[in-house]
Amino acid sequence: MTILLFGITKDIVGAPTLSIPTASVTGKKIPKTVKELKEFLGNTYPELNKLSSLAVAVNNSYAEDDQVINSYDEIALIPPVSGG
Amino acid sequence: MSRYIRQTQLKDFGPVGQKKLSQSKVLVVGLGGLGLPVLQYLNAMGVGTLGLMDQDLIELHNLQRQVLYSEQDIGRLKLEVVHEKLSTQNSQTHFNLHDSFLTKDNALEIIKDYDLVVDATDNFPTRYLINDACVLLKKPFVYGALHSFEGHVSVFNYQNGPTYRCLYPNMPSAEEVPNCNENGVLGVIPGIIGTFQALEAIKVLTGIGEVLSGKLLLFDGLSQRSTQIGFKLNPKNLELKKLQDFYEPLDCDVVPAITAEDFQSLLDSKTDITLIDVRTEEEFTERNLKKAINVPLDCLELASNHITSDDTIYVICQSGKRSEIAVKKLQDQYPNKQFINILGGMNKIASLCP
Repeated sequence: MTILLFGITKDIVGAPTLSIPTASVTGKKIPKTVKELKEFLGNTYPELNKLSSLAVAVNNSYAEDDQVINSYDEIALIPPVSGG
Repeated sequence: MSRYIRQTQLKDFGPVGQKKLSQSKVLVVGLGGLGLPVLQYLNAMGVGTLGLMDQDLIELHNLQRQVLYSEQDIGRLKLEVVHEKLSTQNSQTHFNLHDSFLTKDNALEIIKDYDLVVDATDNFPTRYLINDACVLLKKPFVYGALHSFEGHVSVFNYQNGPTYRCLYPNMPSAEEVPNCNENGVLGVIPGIIGTFQALEAIKVLTGIGEVLSGKLLLFDGLSQRSTQIGFKLNPKNLELKKLQDFYEPLDCDVVPAITAEDFQSLLDSKTDITLIDVRTEEEFTERNLKKAINVPLDCLELASNHITSDDTIYVICQSGKRSEIAVKKLQDQYPNKQFINILGGMNKIASLCP
């Protein structure tokens, strides 16, 4: 599962994309919904938990927390940005 | 009308499009990196009335991205300089000068006279205020925002379409997401994003093309990659009845504060003052007050070395927002001291003694 990162999430992770292993070789639970994905990422990158308004897109559409995600989906984390 | 021949000869734009532009009124909030390219194009292309809104002065560190300004403009009001330059660019345009920031008290009164608002601001409170005021007044607005090498563009509240709150329901706190002052932006990025905003404004005003409504354009300058994210209206966001009481996230906790004017006279009269400047090292190096000690907001724990025997400690930043956060944090940590925020920060101090 590939995740494109935007705004401050790119800075938090330190890279423009992030890959999540799809097989359960890591022993960790694999996220199945947007909400689980946020929790999964929040455990690895606690700074992400601070973002109160973090939009998630699945296959280029805004996704609610209960949306189911699959390994072949393209996911993007899009926090609000404020610069002008 | 030969002036506009290169666009009126376009079949889909034509004299009809030109007439629509000449009858349009557009408010551009913010005369910085985004606002300037928006205005230069809207003015060149013949938008009839342009509202200019900003209260800042031009500073040296603006010049790397705010390309309308010259070195000799430093220290002058952005509003004045933009008005001068745009008037020579197009003498037919009517300009409304709004010498203020957008606040919950003036937003509805000002915006109601325009057909379209361009959000070219650099902070969340004003972006949410523009959204809410435009929803209440049923005006579309063109959104643009930047982060480092990246820019976001969309058109909100267009023909009852999705709003900013459909993407981001709640305003982030000032600590969550940094602004350009703290984070930086590559000079050319606002030029690109502001030009995209100008294009969307023209489309909204003339009805040509496909307006970027219900879509967020994400532009990454480093990879030259653009992505569009579709999103839907949450009808609740159109049901707004009035503006919020507060748009500053910390407005509900009143922090002890002093006006920049009063602080300046204090500086002139008193020799021993403890003053903590919570801006970044770079900002501090560029310009600082002689008595200030630099303790950036993200390493505020280092302030312990500078908590002197003084009972009163003043805190400053660029605009007064970060210092407000710092005052809250420091006050919790050192309840026996009195921390005071300097309203308007270095921006305001600079305007007092140019």
